[in-house]
Amino acid sequence: MAKVTIDGVEIEVPDGTTILNAARSAGGDIVPPAMCYYSKLEGSGGKCRTCLVKVTQGSTNDPRPMPKLVPSCRTNVMDGMVVENITSPQVLEARKGVVEFLLINHPLDCPICDQAGECDLQNLGFKHGAVNTRFEEERRTYEKIDIGDKIKLHMDRCILCYRCTFVADQVAEGGRCHGVINRGDHAEISTYIEKAIDSDFSGNMIDVCPVGALTDKTARFGSRVWFTKPMDAHRDCDHPKCSGKVVVWEKGDEILRVTGRKDQYNEVESFICNTCRFEKKKTSDWVIEGPRHIDRKSVVSLNHYEHLKDIKEDILKYQKQISENLNKG
Amino acid sequence: MSEIAFSAEAMEVVKKIIKRYPEGRQKSALLPVLHVAQAEFDGWLSPEVMDYVASILEIKPIEVYEVASFYTMYNLQPVGKCLLEVCQTGPCMLNGADDLVAYLENKLNIKVGETTTDGMFTLKTVECLGSCGTAPMLQCGADYHENLTNEKADALIEKLRTDNKRSRYC
Amino acid sequence: MGRKILLEHENVPGIETLEVYRKMGGYRAAEKAIKSMAPDDVTEEVKKAGLRGRGGAGFPAGMKWSFIDKKSDKPRYLVCNADESEPGTFKDRYLMEKIPHALVEGMIVSSYALGAKTSYIYIRGEYFYVLRILEKAIAEAYEAGLLGKNIFGTDYSLDLYVQIGGGAYICGEETALLESLEGKRGNPRMKPPFPAISGLYASPTVVNNVETIAAVPHIVNMSGDEYAKIGIERSTGTKLISASGHINKPGVYEIELGLPVEEFIYSDEYCGGIKDGRKLKAMIAGGSSVPILPAHLITKTANGDARLMTYESLSDGGFASGTMLGSGGFIIMDETACIVRHTWTLARFYHHESCGQCSPCREGTGWMEKVLHRIEHGHGTMKDIDLLVDISKKIEGNTICPLGDAAAWPVASAIRHFREEFEYHVLNPEKIKDPKHFEKEPFVSSVTQNA
Repeated sequence: MAKVTIDGVEIEVPDGTTILNAARSAGGDIVPPAMCYYSKLEGSGGKCRTCLVKVTQGSTNDPRPMPKLVPSCRTNVMDGMVVENITSPQVLEARKGVVEFLLINHPLDCPICDQAGECDLQNLGFKHGAVNTRFEEERRTYEKIDIGDKIKLHMDRCILCYRCTFVADQVAEGGRCHGVINRGDHAEISTYIEKAIDSDFSGNMIDVCPVGALTDKTARFGSRVWFTKPMDAHRDCDHPKCSGKVVVWEKGDEILRVTGRKDQYNEVESFICNTCRFEKKKTSDWVIEGPRHIDRKSVVSLNHYEHLKDIKEDILKYQKQISENLNKG
Repeated sequence: MSEIAFSAEAMEVVKKIIKRYPEGRQKSALLPVLHVAQAEFDGWLSPEVMDYVASILEIKPIEVYEVASFYTMYNLQPVGKCLLEVCQTGPCMLNGADDLVAYLENKLNIKVGETTTDGMFTLKTVECLGSCGTAPMLQCGADYHENLTNEKADALIEKLRTDNKRSRYC
Repeated sequence: MGRKILLEHENVPGIETLEVYRKMGGYRAAEKAIKSMAPDDVTEEVKKAGLRGRGGAGFPAGMKWSFIDKKSDKPRYLVCNADESEPGTFKDRYLMEKIPHALVEGMIVSSYALGAKTSYIYIRGEYFYVLRILEKAIAEAYEAGLLGKNIFGTDYSLDLYVQIGGGAYICGEETALLESLEGKRGNPRMKPPFPAISGLYASPTVVNNVETIAAVPHIVNMSGDEYAKIGIERSTGTKLISASGHINKPGVYEIELGLPVEEFIYSDEYCGGIKDGRKLKAMIAGGSSVPILPAHLITKTANGDARLMTYESLSDGGFASGTMLGSGGFIIMDETACIVRHTWTLARFYHHESCGQCSPCREGTGWMEKVLHRIEHGHGTMKDIDLLVDISKKIEGNTICPLGDAAAWPVASAIRHFREEFEYHVLNPEKIKDPKHFEKEPFVSSVTQNA
């Protein structure tokens, strides 16, 4: 076991744990944001640089600070390590820079993007980005293409996290036929030659995509996500690798979209097959378990009456705070 | 279209290249084999040629596309018989690379990135070729043409025209 | 005359052949090492020699070797980095072309020291003609029993191959090079693990520059202690310098580390002074990525000491007033050069060469190029200059590999030392319309005037 201190919070984790996962095990504000790392995909991480943190003490044995900021998703903790995330102005400044870099060529088409409301980049920009852009040049653009008959690729929105390529390699069957071609800021996700991605699990690429680059064609433009009701549901799927545990996104009696169940870090709990995702759009296809837990801070929680009791408690808490503040003057 | 296949000679070379790496690491041969393929098949790599290379190295076609599109020496579109690659980075710029490019554009009546109508020359600007002390310069096939002046460029173009051979790296 | 080691025989006719190379004492070191020294003794000599990596980073080679994982049961590899691509650098090409056996012998001795049974030389794709020269030399060495099975009748065997690249500067970064050698895109790997633990084919691997490896036989011949006597302090030995730009005698020169910069620029033995008797304006001492220095900081440090060609003296003053020896890519600019234009070409280079894997470099290099292009073409604003500094700061130190730093430093240093010239471009768009705007009327900054 190793003891690590992140933003003053002491955490004990097994050896070999990354700083990011150590922070996640404690939760809260000390958790660095991650755009490319995905715990269920081997080899992911290290690329986007949003999770950079400062190591002010390497370990008990070697207390020297690390010379540069390190990607917390790919750096293992050492016993006695001291890490600064949001307590380091240097980290916040670098993160602001990364957000700006990720956005300079991003189309900012959130008003017409299906991912809006559940987009990691949107959340990242909201929390760590600047209000204005300093980028005056022409933005990079690509044609929208279909990769497979159910998935749309908007390369404009892609941040090159590589997660979808890992899904193709590690989750989907039948071998990867898309990848990253070209280099530098011309690099793009592509099949190179027009080719449909054909695998029972290809739809998971949509779920792991942190932005709106890969979207579900069977649900595109169906509804803003905050107008839909996410419900936990399951079915007895006969695909041996599919858990059959999903979230169905309902509007009225209609199921607009089916996705994997995502945790607080937007990672799916388990991967699901394309039949569950794309074909089962009737309420009768599913056993509905109940409302999906949605973070209250998320725009998706709008009209989502999941935990009335919690909301009541929150209101009482805020009321108390306000009156306390008023009393203090 | 005829079946894509290496000549017996090229196949020999390819087999020799593959032997350089440990068992099961034949993907290591990808870069050199792509050079052989480009030299064999008219100076560029069509998707069919890349698929062929993938089949020889027993890898997925996308692995070849990913690599071929990463490195600048692989042409993914047809090019002229002679590909003129003029270095334009710092030290070459200081010693007249811009003038050389302008001169060649004018002489060949094409812009950078274009091919002459007779399909003879494609003009390309490239980044540092490691010939900074002999600037300005250009590469055509495996040959470096250095310390270029307008006169030397004229002579080179003339010679390439007379030779009428496809430039190749290998 | 300075002492020459690597290039001592550069002008001997036929030195590219095995026969002449051996006549000049070649392969004695290989024989000495393999027949009479333990592998660790060779490493020990390299350590004593104080030989530092000649590719740019200057990391002590002997120490790098000693990191190799000896407990691993996987084969060990030595990979030579001949992917010379840093603008201003062409020394490895010269050495391989002139004396290919110097590298082959270096590979043999170094592979022996590391216990490598298979070694690769990764050469940049554009150097195809050099590949042929190396392959010929390697074939000669095989023929003579210097490579292959039971070298010099001992039980040491080594296979040596040359791998050709496909055109990508980033493959000069050691982990990108290994990826490329495995037939992949040249995306640098995240460290740790370092190649010494998990390199080529996830096996213990050392990657060294051509010049570093070529120096090893000489160290074995003369002993590490003797080698360490050449040069000054922690800058031991000789260094190949590629000299280019506005000088009378561009080319590759071997210098003893410690040579005054002034002598290197003005002596007829080396650069032979500035072209056409013009005034010196700027110097990039160690390849395009190191900070550019203005005239008044070139021959003297900020303290007024003579600036020497050593790792320490060139970096004297830190980035505020110093630079780095780097790869020894020595670019001189005279008063007709436009710093903005030159910096733009470098920014374009790094933009072109960014692998695109991590966001600060992928997006930042292109952004810097675009802003510099605007300034150089008369469409810049004063705000753009500060923007460039800020972008460079946001890239520096925040990327997977050093390409981010390499792209940031030239821009940051150009603005640090030549800000007035950037401002001139913004304020006088009419006067910079001609691409050679300073050729007839050099730009004079207040710093130059006062110096």
